[in-house]
Amino acid sequence: MINVTINNINVAVEPGSTILDAAKQVGIHIPTLCHLDLHDISMVNKVGTCRVCMVEVAGRRALAPSCSTAVTEGMVIHTNTQRAVRARRTVVELLLSNHPSDCLICAKNRTCDLQTLAADLGVREIRYQGVHSKHPKDTSSYSLVRDPNKCILCRRCETMCNDVQTVGVYSAVNRGFETVISTAFDNPLLDTSCTFCGQCASVCPTGALTFVNDIPNVWGVLNDPDKFVIVQTAPAVRVALGEEFGLPVGTRVTGKMVSALRRLGFDKVMDTDFAADLTIMEEASELIHRLQNGGPLPILTSCCPAWVKFIEHQFPELLEIPSTCKSPHEMFGAVAKTYLAEKLGIDPKKIVVVSVMPCLAKKYEANRSELSEKEYQNVDYVISTRELAAMVREAGLTFNELPDEDFDSPFGESTGASVIFGTTGGVIEAAVRTANAWLTKSDSGKVDFEELRGMKGVRVATVEVAGTKLNIAIANGLGNARKLLEDVRDKKAEYHAIEIMACPGGCVGGGGQPTHHNDYSIIKRRANALFEEDREKPIRMSHLNPDIQRLYDEFLDAPYSEKAHHLLHTTYSKREL
Amino acid sequence: MSEFSPQIAELDGFIDTLDSLEGKLIVVLHKAQNIVGWLPTEVQNHIAHRLRVPASKVYGVVTFYSFFNTKPKGKNKISVCLGTACFVRGSGDIADEFSKRLGIGVGETSEDKLYSLDSIRCVGACGLAPVVTVNGKVYGRVTVKDVDNILKDVGGNA
Amino acid sequence: MSKIKSLDELKNLQQSVQGATELRVKFEQGSGKYRKHILVCGGTGCMSSESNEIHAKIQEELNSRGLGEQIQVIKTGCFGFCEQGPIVKVFPDDIFYVKVTLNDVNELIESVDKSETIERLLYHTPETNEPVTRHDQIPFYKSQQRIALRNCGIINPEDINDYISLGGYQALGKALTEISREDVIKLIKDSGLRGRGGAGVSTGFKWEMAYRSDGDKKYVICNADEGDPGAFMDRSILEGDPNSVLEAMAICGYAIGSNEGVIYIRAEYPLAVERLKIAIKQAEEKGLLGEGIFGTDFSFKVSLSLGAGAFVCGEETALMNSVQGLRGEPRMKPPFPAQAGLWNKPSNVNNVETWANIPQIIINGADWFKSIGTEKSAGTKVFALAGQINNVGLVEVPMGIPLRDIIYEVGGGVRGGKAFKAVQTGGPSGGCIPASQLDLKIDYDSLQSVGSMMGSGGMIVMDENDCMVNIAKYYLEFTVEESCGKCTPCRVGNRRLLEILEKITKGNGTEQDLQELKDLSEVIQDASLCALGQTAPNPVLSTLKYFYDEYLAHVRDKKCPSGKCVDLLKYIVDPEKCIGCSICAKNCPVSCISGELKGKYTIDSEKCVKCGVCFGKCPKKAIVRQ
Repeated sequence: MINVTINNINVAVEPGSTILDAAKQVGIHIPTLCHLDLHDISMVNKVGTCRVCMVEVAGRRALAPSCSTAVTEGMVIHTNTQRAVRARRTVVELLLSNHPSDCLICAKNRTCDLQTLAADLGVREIRYQGVHSKHPKDTSSYSLVRDPNKCILCRRCETMCNDVQTVGVYSAVNRGFETVISTAFDNPLLDTSCTFCGQCASVCPTGALTFVNDIPNVWGVLNDPDKFVIVQTAPAVRVALGEEFGLPVGTRVTGKMVSALRRLGFDKVMDTDFAADLTIMEEASELIHRLQNGGPLPILTSCCPAWVKFIEHQFPELLEIPSTCKSPHEMFGAVAKTYLAEKLGIDPKKIVVVSVMPCLAKKYEANRSELSEKEYQNVDYVISTRELAAMVREAGLTFNELPDEDFDSPFGESTGASVIFGTTGGVIEAAVRTANAWLTKSDSGKVDFEELRGMKGVRVATVEVAGTKLNIAIANGLGNARKLLEDVRDKKAEYHAIEIMACPGGCVGGGGQPTHHNDYSIIKRRANALFEEDREKPIRMSHLNPDIQRLYDEFLDAPYSEKAHHLLHTTYSKREL
Repeated sequence: MSEFSPQIAELDGFIDTLDSLEGKLIVVLHKAQNIVGWLPTEVQNHIAHRLRVPASKVYGVVTFYSFFNTKPKGKNKISVCLGTACFVRGSGDIADEFSKRLGIGVGETSEDKLYSLDSIRCVGACGLAPVVTVNGKVYGRVTVKDVDNILKDVGGNA
Repeated sequence: MSKIKSLDELKNLQQSVQGATELRVKFEQGSGKYRKHILVCGGTGCMSSESNEIHAKIQEELNSRGLGEQIQVIKTGCFGFCEQGPIVKVFPDDIFYVKVTLNDVNELIESVDKSETIERLLYHTPETNEPVTRHDQIPFYKSQQRIALRNCGIINPEDINDYISLGGYQALGKALTEISREDVIKLIKDSGLRGRGGAGVSTGFKWEMAYRSDGDKKYVICNADEGDPGAFMDRSILEGDPNSVLEAMAICGYAIGSNEGVIYIRAEYPLAVERLKIAIKQAEEKGLLGEGIFGTDFSFKVSLSLGAGAFVCGEETALMNSVQGLRGEPRMKPPFPAQAGLWNKPSNVNNVETWANIPQIIINGADWFKSIGTEKSAGTKVFALAGQINNVGLVEVPMGIPLRDIIYEVGGGVRGGKAFKAVQTGGPSGGCIPASQLDLKIDYDSLQSVGSMMGSGGMIVMDENDCMVNIAKYYLEFTVEESCGKCTPCRVGNRRLLEILEKITKGNGTEQDLQELKDLSEVIQDASLCALGQTAPNPVLSTLKYFYDEYLAHVRDKKCPSGKCVDLLKYIVDPEKCIGCSICAKNCPVSCISGELKGKYTIDSEKCVKCGVCFGKCPKKAIVRQ
């Protein structure tokens, strides 16, 4: 242990601790801004660029950044001297002197770290007036909005995009005052290899990276008497939405969410979980088909649009191995505007499908041309968990006091298998449950495949299905996915099936979820809530969902049939890097 | 085929001679600028592809170093030394004079692509301060009045 | 070419090539082939005034006169007296010619042949106009003591034999075969040598740290990214004596346990790059670099890495990022380069001038080195004198020499007989030292005590016509342009400092601004990530400290006492002197001067753009600048 003194308090800390760690241990709060330590996903942004956390260390000429200065034996630290406080406050003033002051109408209002910091430090004036950076705002994409003028160069997004996700869209460009985090040649995001996973926005401390706001579009259709608006909600939304209303992390708010959506004016409130079960019918069939017909193997799950775009850019030579299944909410849209439209007797062009997703890439996905029919898109609008919360607030609903209500039929019924789609390992577990049942011709076999669960970035397990050993690999986070894909490409490993989710932790950690405030245990608790829900469901295998069975009987013929192919499967194409 | 295909082929030849690609970005950019004269987007993309680094990182490096040009330079490159020794002997006024005469700012290239005006920081000829270099040729002890003559000199080549 | 396998073999080689330089150092022909040597300075300064052409013409003339076998013409590195370039020296006569032109070549050759002296090409002392024949009689050279520059201007930098003839590579041989690694480090530590490129950290201490770090691979790095505007000592050493740096790097490699050296050099120094390439090739051919040097199992290779125009890459961690092909942003320290440097391996970085001292310390010992200079700053320092000084050039003087001696004796005083106002040392990281400190004995610590720093050794002299606010602004412009942009205080803070200075020089400043300048400067010093940011406010703080009155005049009276700040100027016509010739009015680009021919003219100060044309054109000096 290393002994140090902070503000005259003696403390012994682990070797390798920073001054910030040591201060935390004795209850001293040192404000930070650029610092970000998500060690659960091996992301540590320890660049020491913002210079907010400066403290005095005896014997040093200059102040030291507490976030990135390791303690040494006998170190004497003062965090609140006039000198340290002056530096801290001046640095914040300098940042503000080059920052727009439109806080009241900023997308990050009330969740902005810079705003909080300025308030905490009691900054009441900005002594330095001068030129502001002027960079164009990038609104090119369907998912993300970049406003570099609000960037404070903490470099978190750059670290996330390059080191964790290995997508490499962002770099610091130019130098000095002109430095800005940008794309190659300042191209609009839409024209880059960005996967729209949104993890950059998840870690951005200011309003420099936010998401495209689809709320006005949704209000528009809700108030249009000619439209029949169907909403569907992804599994990960129900275990995170409560956080927006102060409920404990991991609270399941499915019933309140349904009643809120109904009160917002949606004509039908349905469940993407239903479509997840449908996905399993197709994907498990495809897996069995490929196993029995000589491949190609492995099969890669294709529910995650960010991951699909990633492989299209980065591994175009592997495009024959992802499952051709559309993602669940797209399958939902496809059957909603055909089967359901027919059932309800409504012109599909009048039906609007709105998806509530934990994900920003889904916004982009809904606009992929492969996922549109001639006259309509499968899904019209995607709003994130946070946008739904904003709509609830805007409508004046007291969320926590809403009654619990059930989804509408027929696309409201779902199984435990579909619920766990929202976490890493869940999709493949759901597929294995059904494949196992089908191949063993028994529905009373194994349901809980514990070996596939966990939060580790890359997991490999061998599962026995009807006497066959299936090698299964799971990756969450695109950097981890890259490692798996390189092994597959270079034939260093042989797998039968691989599940990939772009966001660390899976959809529960999606870019559209409530901010995790740099606390990754929140993601884990959301995932646990999904497994709880799975355990409590009476039906836990997708193929046993009665609504699904009815859908095939009445409309789709059989899993992997020609009709199913037409409606529920898609194609991929190579994209430039 | 594109405008830069022959140059890119030459660059590829150079990259093929490197024993390792790790950390060679600046080396390759120097070579590329040597061959092409500047660093067009197409060339930067190609380098990203060959060195297996994201194009954003290539662009980040190119825009960091003042030596790398993302725009073509004029036929005649006029550089005024703004190192301290030259500055205190009035090189700032000389830069202004060139700027006025050529109708372009420092760091810019004239529309007819005949002239580029740049500032440089110390060529180490402080004994001759203030110094102007034109296409590598050093003019020493330059005064505002000399600007005319220098431009006439260059005009002969233009 | 056979490779040298022992120190004795090297000494034998020295014997056999000694004749090459005996004329120049012993003033006798000795075993050499030629009876005369003509040395032409091939440094960048002299080459800019046609020394290359002079060299070529001398060679041509010698050949055509059949003297090519008797008289040798040699292109050397910089000899320092750039103000008087191109410099030509003749040996064994030891004659020092200045400002030689192509037209002088014929006469020169005749005089050399006949052992005569051309008086008009000699340096003449400004006071008495007396001609001086030998360089060491010239005041510029009198107080100099050359260790780092010992071979510059004397040897042919493109011929390793010249270097060997003067004992080159014997320090490496001695270290490898006679001194233990630990003792080499001790020797360097004991010598008191401190880094010549920046903060002045003990070189031996750095080596020891790198020696103690475990690593399968270590690097020796030469920082040749000389970015201080107005400083050119590193370039001169590399152009004039590249082998001294290679030899020193190999010694360090042996001491710390590294077999790979990297020289990071500015791309703006093509000549230095070329000469280094030649030196590396020749050293490899002789086995002085490469595998099994001096028959030991020590191997060392050196490669070049070109910079791309970023001042901040002179900071050692930024330099290493740049070598790795990244943006030259400094890294956090610790870890120090000695722990995790280039490619995260233990690395030792020293600058060119520091390296150039090493071989001499190995040969002559720590005590010898310590005997030169001051107690805490041993040895000599090379300064680049520039600005408003008579003798612009490169000088090497013992530490502890009074500033006054450098400016007035070596430097020959202020140009045009003007009054000395300040000398700026340490480049953009340094400060401005006023006349009241002229008796300061220059070393690392004294410079810091007056708010400046040694830096790489640039010394820019300012005279009474220089505005110190404008100078501070100039340096800030430089720092703002060269800031990497990584940390807030440097990226935004220095920009704001510059904006306040711009406000003041435009006449919009207030006394409150002076307080803000000081406060902000102190925070930038305190909170910036790297040395560039931490030292950037030095020019502001030192001018505020010593020239506060000038600042006050700008903000209170809205006047620039030296007349440099255009926006604070006002041009008026002195009616007493005006003869009504109308020249001013005809030349005014904005037609703001009016009057009647033979009457008195007036300037409309509202319209005046303060271009100063009328001021220069008036034959009667009737235009007054206020």
